[in-house]
Amino acid sequence: MNTNISRRNFVKAGAVAGMGLGLAACGGNSGSSSDTIKVGLMGPYTGDVAQYGLACRYGAELYVKQVNDKGGINGKQVELDTQDEKGDATEAVNVYNKLVEDGVVGIIGDVTSTPTIAVAQASVKDNMPCVTPSATAADVISYGNNYFRACITDPYQGRLMADFVADQGYKTVGVIYNQGGDYEQGVADAFTEEAGKKGVNVSDSEGYPSGATDFNSQLTNIIATKPDAIFSPNYYQDDGKIVTQARKLGYTGVFLGADGWSNIVGGDEEYASAEDLEGCYYDCSFVAENEDEKVQDFIKAYKDEYNDTPSNFCALGYDAAMILLNAIETVEKDGKAAYGSDDYKQAVVDAIASGTAQGVTGDISYSGTGDPVKSTLIITFKDGAQEVFKTVEGE
Amino acid sequence: MTASKTSTAPTGAPAASGYRSLSMPVRYLINAVLVVVFLVVGELMIDGGVVSRYQTGVIEQIGIYIILAVSLNIATGYLGQLPLGHAGFMSVGGYSCAIFIMRMMDTMGVTARDFATGTPAAALLFVLGIIFGGVCAALCGLIIGVPALRLKGDYLAIITLGFAEIIRVVMQNIDGVLGFTLTGGAKGLTGIPGYTNFLNTFIVVAISLFLIHTMMKSRHGRAVLSIRDNEIAAESCGVNTTYYKTLAFVASAFFAGVAGGLYAGCIGVMAPAKFGFMKSIEILVMVVLGGMGSMLGSVISATVLTILPEALRAVSDYRMVVYAIVLILVMIFRPEGLLGDYDFSMSRVIERIMNHGKRPEDFAPVAAVAEAATPAAASVAVPAAAPGKETGKEANDHE
Repeated sequence: MNTNISRRNFVKAGAVAGMGLGLAACGGNSGSSSDTIKVGLMGPYTGDVAQYGLACRYGAELYVKQVNDKGGINGKQVELDTQDEKGDATEAVNVYNKLVEDGVVGIIGDVTSTPTIAVAQASVKDNMPCVTPSATAADVISYGNNYFRACITDPYQGRLMADFVADQGYKTVGVIYNQGGDYEQGVADAFTEEAGKKGVNVSDSEGYPSGATDFNSQLTNIIATKPDAIFSPNYYQDDGKIVTQARKLGYTGVFLGADGWSNIVGGDEEYASAEDLEGCYYDCSFVAENEDEKVQDFIKAYKDEYNDTPSNFCALGYDAAMILLNAIETVEKDGKAAYGSDDYKQAVVDAIASGTAQGVTGDISYSGTGDPVKSTLIITFKDGAQEVFKTVEGE
Repeated sequence: MTASKTSTAPTGAPAASGYRSLSMPVRYLINAVLVVVFLVVGELMIDGGVVSRYQTGVIEQIGIYIILAVSLNIATGYLGQLPLGHAGFMSVGGYSCAIFIMRMMDTMGVTARDFATGTPAAALLFVLGIIFGGVCAALCGLIIGVPALRLKGDYLAIITLGFAEIIRVVMQNIDGVLGFTLTGGAKGLTGIPGYTNFLNTFIVVAISLFLIHTMMKSRHGRAVLSIRDNEIAAESCGVNTTYYKTLAFVASAFFAGVAGGLYAGCIGVMAPAKFGFMKSIEILVMVVLGGMGSMLGSVISATVLTILPEALRAVSDYRMVVYAIVLILVMIFRPEGLLGDYDFSMSRVIERIMNHGKRPEDFAPVAAVAEAATPAAASVAVPAAAPGKETGKEANDHE
């Protein structure tokens, strides 16, 4: 191969390129002036879970834009410092340290559970106010008082659906869930526990490995126990296949799901047919078919901005930004703490804990923990469209 | 930052030929001083705030990846096999170290804060935890290595890949089998105290590189190298190939476990999903990019490939593209890796200066022949006739 170049030449060329890169990276650092409020926004914008990260980011950016268009907070513009963490805990900790170094006064993020836990553990010592739009794992808020979430948790959803099952009068329920996912397992475990308390018989609980596409063996076992309903708290790609395959096996009963089901219809792809989904239920905080005025305003604004219908994650990103910026506004108007100081951060944390945000996923407030008290929607499918079946008020 | 740890020893070079060389104790002293200087300067810069917390975090990760790359280099570069399960050993080490430290904290009366302030009990627990992690990974390496090393090439790659997947699935499901919480299942092991810092990462990296380097320069290391160069010839010379293959593989697993232990303390969360196939490939890329068999190459490429994605944050959306382009360019223009099998030696550089830029072979060709006395070194002891010609394989006394 005559393209091979010698080690010395290669190292020289590499060193030159490296120095160039280093200089370019240094040049990108711009100091923030005191008439802006710097807020961090982090999430996976590339990689396996980029779709959720991007959705949250669009929602959060929309809210920040709306605030800035109205003149900002106390006359100061909000500046977003957006950083990608690729869905990786290692990168998330790096991003967090970088945001702290950049001098943000609060962070919207992270998006998925494991990186968020890593960030939560790191953020305790700075008392950095953080609001995660969508990290549902129970641990996220347990490390300090500075972490809040805009979404409901996995165990809460499991309990909520078990209560719903009891209310609907189903006697026996089968469960099928992804064993390799923390979200799916968290919801399924809480569901099974609460169902037991409510006297509902969980006839069969079947796990499947991540990435499975054929669920026939698990479904055959479940259907053999003749359940009134099957609970499938997975992500919509899996749920679509599960519902379709169960119908082919002759199951005619109800399917139940958790908020991983949003996007199962109305997306670019059809994951399950309208007839197969008819009469199924899942719980979620946000659905575009909600008639609520706030929700419709948000959908309109989102469509104007991105020419697309917002998903559950977009709405949660929007609400997370609202929770954090509302709190910052309270602190700014109060004007007691100097911008960026430890007192300022503590004041923002206190303001989040005591405030209420009129979010598009419901009114969000906090009662002593980082878990929100908010209403949840039970959504059903009718003639291929989604509609709100009922609203469950927060505990 | 750790390039100073490699000292190659041209053992047979007699002073009588006029070539002035350094004695072994002096070589060790030079390297030890360099390590201490790096350590003190680094620590002072961090304490003084010259290096920010973000940069410190990245430096810790560089250290972790250096250990991973160099340890994988034992199995790929020195032993000449292609294992694809390095992330599996890393996760075993990480989980066992983190679980050990978390469970022992109460018994030893160490709190999470003690790791930051560095009390003697915390330091002891850290050392025990890291060694425990390494030993657990080494045990896995032994269990996997004994059957796997009967195979070669693609077959070994596939079997190690399979074992790494088994490790990952075990981590995910072991709680259900045991009936109590050990690894935390799919959601991962959380709440690991942050016991990793610049100081202990640096020391662990330095010790690991020293041990690996001296091992590879020892009689056992030469036996391992002879297996890479020609397994049949090595066996006919009386090298117990099964033993040395397993030894190299277990050593490789041990240091991967050590790196995993540091990783757990650095990030604070261990999730099984992160230790899949891609992590193994990421480490393999570092080794191949740096040059198989070159310790300095592994160190440099681990450093570059860890810094690169962070340095490119300014061009956020395109950074992974740039990362990929760098890899492609290197593989087109330097298929043998950045440094090939070249290794750097501080002592050798000093000797060159002492001898006004001349190499040992410029003095006495007899010296090189004397070196060929040891059978294992035969393959590398033939110096190139024309020093410094542009063939990539330079006339360095590599062995």
